[in-house]
Amino acid sequence: MTGAQREMSFYESGNGHTGILSWVLSTDHKRIGLLYLFSMFSFFFVAVILGLLMRLELIAPGPSIMTAESYNAMFTVHGVIMIFLFIIPGIPAGLGNFMLPLQIGARDMAFPRINLMSWWFYMTGAIVIIVSLFTGGGPPDTGWTFYVPYSIRTGTNVTLAVFGVFLLGISSTLTGLNLVTTIHRLRAPGLKWFRMPLFVWSLYATGWVQILATPVLGITLLLLMMERLFGFGFFDPARGGDPLLFEHLFWIYSHPAVYIMILPAMGIVTEIIPVFARRTIFGYKAIAFSSLSIASVGYLVWGHHMFTSGMSDISRVIFSFLTFIVAVPSGIKVFNWIASMYKGSIKLSSPLLFTVSFIFLFSLGGLTGLIIGALATNIFVHGTYFIVAHFHYMMFGGTAFAFFAGIHYWFPKIFGKMYREKPAITSCIVLFAGFNVLYFPMFILGLEGMPRRYYDYLPRFHTGHLISTVGSWILAAGLMIMFYNLIRSIFIGEVAGSNPWGGSTLEWTTSSPPPHENFTEIPVVTEGPYRFRK
Amino acid sequence: MNINNNNNIGYKTYLAVWCCLMILTAATVMAAGMGFGRYGSLASVLIASAKAGLILLFFMHLKYETFVFKLMLLAAILTMAVIIGLTFFDVGFRDGGR
Ligand SMILES: [Cu+2]
Repeated sequence: MTGAQREMSFYESGNGHTGILSWVLSTDHKRIGLLYLFSMFSFFFVAVILGLLMRLELIAPGPSIMTAESYNAMFTVHGVIMIFLFIIPGIPAGLGNFMLPLQIGARDMAFPRINLMSWWFYMTGAIVIIVSLFTGGGPPDTGWTFYVPYSIRTGTNVTLAVFGVFLLGISSTLTGLNLVTTIHRLRAPGLKWFRMPLFVWSLYATGWVQILATPVLGITLLLLMMERLFGFGFFDPARGGDPLLFEHLFWIYSHPAVYIMILPAMGIVTEIIPVFARRTIFGYKAIAFSSLSIASVGYLVWGHHMFTSGMSDISRVIFSFLTFIVAVPSGIKVFNWIASMYKGSIKLSSPLLFTVSFIFLFSLGGLTGLIIGALATNIFVHGTYFIVAHFHYMMFGGTAFAFFAGIHYWFPKIFGKMYREKPAITSCIVLFAGFNVLYFPMFILGLEGMPRRYYDYLPRFHTGHLISTVGSWILAAGLMIMFYNLIRSIFIGEVAGSNPWGGSTLEWTTSSPPPHENFTEIPVVTEGPYRFRK
Repeated sequence: MNINNNNNIGYKTYLAVWCCLMILTAATVMAAGMGFGRYGSLASVLIASAKAGLILLFFMHLKYETFVFKLMLLAAILTMAVIIGLTFFDVGFRDGGR
C-alpha cells in the first residue's frame, strides 16, 4: 500500500463538514480519538503548570509565591484535572478509541454517535469545571476527593465543580459501553477471543470497570450536590449523616478507577514488548486473565483508603488482606513482560525505552503500594508524602509513561510521519531522571512525617523539598523536549511506511494514516497476535 | 444474531406474569403487617428482587436472550451485591469492636 495506489487517509477524505466542524461533529473513531488526545493534553499542560507552581511554593519553608488559600485551590484543581480530565479518559478514550477498531479489524466503534457524544460530555464537564474556578466562592479547595464534611461546609464553588465531574463520569461510562460492545460485536472474521491483541483485552477489562464503577461516582456526587443545595443530611454528622459513607461510596468508584488508569497502560506495554523484542508474548492467556482478575478483584479493596478514618476493625483487616491479593495479577504481568524480553533480539527504540521505564517505575509504585496496603504500616505513613510519592509512581511513572510509550509506538500509524529518534530517547531519559528526582524524595519525606497537602513545613524537611522542586524542573524540560519533537514531526517528520516497526497486529496491515473506514477489505484472521518472522 | 421471537410470547404469558407481580405486591403489604421485626426489610427486599427478576426475564425479554447477556447482568448485580456486602462489614461491626 505505498506510492500511487495509496488510499486517501481519514485526514483527507471529507465527512460533509469542513474546518473545525469536520472534527467536532465527526463520528469517525480516529478523529474522536485525536479530539480526545488533543483536549486531554491541553488540560494536562494546565495541570502540569499548577504542579510546577506548587513545587515552587514548597521550595523553601514559609510563604514563597502564593497564599495558603491559593495553594489549597491549586492542589485541588491539579488533582481534579489530572485525574478526571487527563488520566481517566487518557488511554481508553484517546489511544483506545483510535486503535481498538484498527486492532480488531473493524470499520469503527459499535456506537459512533455515542462515541462523539461522550467527547461532548467530556468537554462540557471540563468547561463546567473551568467555570467553577472563576464563579461563586472561587475554586474548590477540598482536594480531588471532595471529602465530607469539609466539602459540605466550605464556601468555595464545590457544587459546580462536582457537577462537572459528574458529567465527566457520564462521558467515561459511555466510552466503556462502546469499548465492551465493540469488542463483543465487531471483531473481524476469525478473530477469536484468544487471538485478540492484549491491548484489546485490557480495554475490555477497562470498559467493564467504567460501566460498573462510574455510576457509583455519579450517585455519590449527586448526593453531595443535594446535600450542599438542600441540606439533606446524608453525610453531615450534625444532621445525623455518616461522613464515612461518603468515603465508602467515593472509593468504591475511585479505587476501581485506578484500574481504568493502569489496565490500558499495561495493555500498551504488552503490545510494545513483543514487537521490539521480536518474540511472541510470554503467557498470553495469563496476561489476558490477569487483566480480567485485576478488574474484578479491584472492586473489593477500596477500604484501604480508609484505614485511619474510623472504619470497623474487621473491615480494615479484610480490606488489607484483599489488597494483597490484587497485587498477584499485577505481579504475573510484570514477570511475563520480563520473560517476554528474555532471549529476544531487543531493539531499544524509544517506545521500548519508555516501556522499560514504565516497568521500573510501576514496580516501585506497586511495591510501595504493599507498604501502604498493609494495615500496620499504613497507619504510620497514612496522609503523608509517602502516599503522594506512591500514587505519582503509579499514575505518572506508570500510566503516563506507558501513555507516552504508546504515543511513540503508534505515532507513525496515527500521523503517517516518523519523529526523530534521538530527541525521543533524550526526552525519555530526561523524563525518567526528572521523575525520580521529583518524586523519590517524597518517599523519604513521608517516612520522616511530612504530611501531604500542607502549605508549609518545618525546616528539617527543607532538603527533600528542595531536591523535589529541582526535579520538577527537569521533568518539565523532558516534557518540553518530547512534545516539541512530536509536534514538530506531525508537520515536517519523515513519511513513515504502513509498518515501520514490523508489528504483527492488524493496525499495521492498513496504510498510515489509515483510510476513512480503516481497511479496504476487512481482514480475515487465522492466527494469534505477535507472530514474528525472524 | 438473536431474532425477535415476540410472536412466541403470547398475551397469556404477560398476563400471568402481571398476576404474579400483583400477588407479590400483596405479599409485600402483608409481610409488612406480620411483624417480622428486623427481618421485615429482608422479606421486602427478597420479594422486590423476585419482582424485578420477573420484569427482567419476561417484560424485558432477558429470558429469550443469549447466555452472554444473562452473564453480563449477573456480573453487574453480583458486583453491586459484593460492594454492599463489603460495606456492611464496616457498618455492621463499627461499634462492636470497641
Ligand atoms: Cu486504592
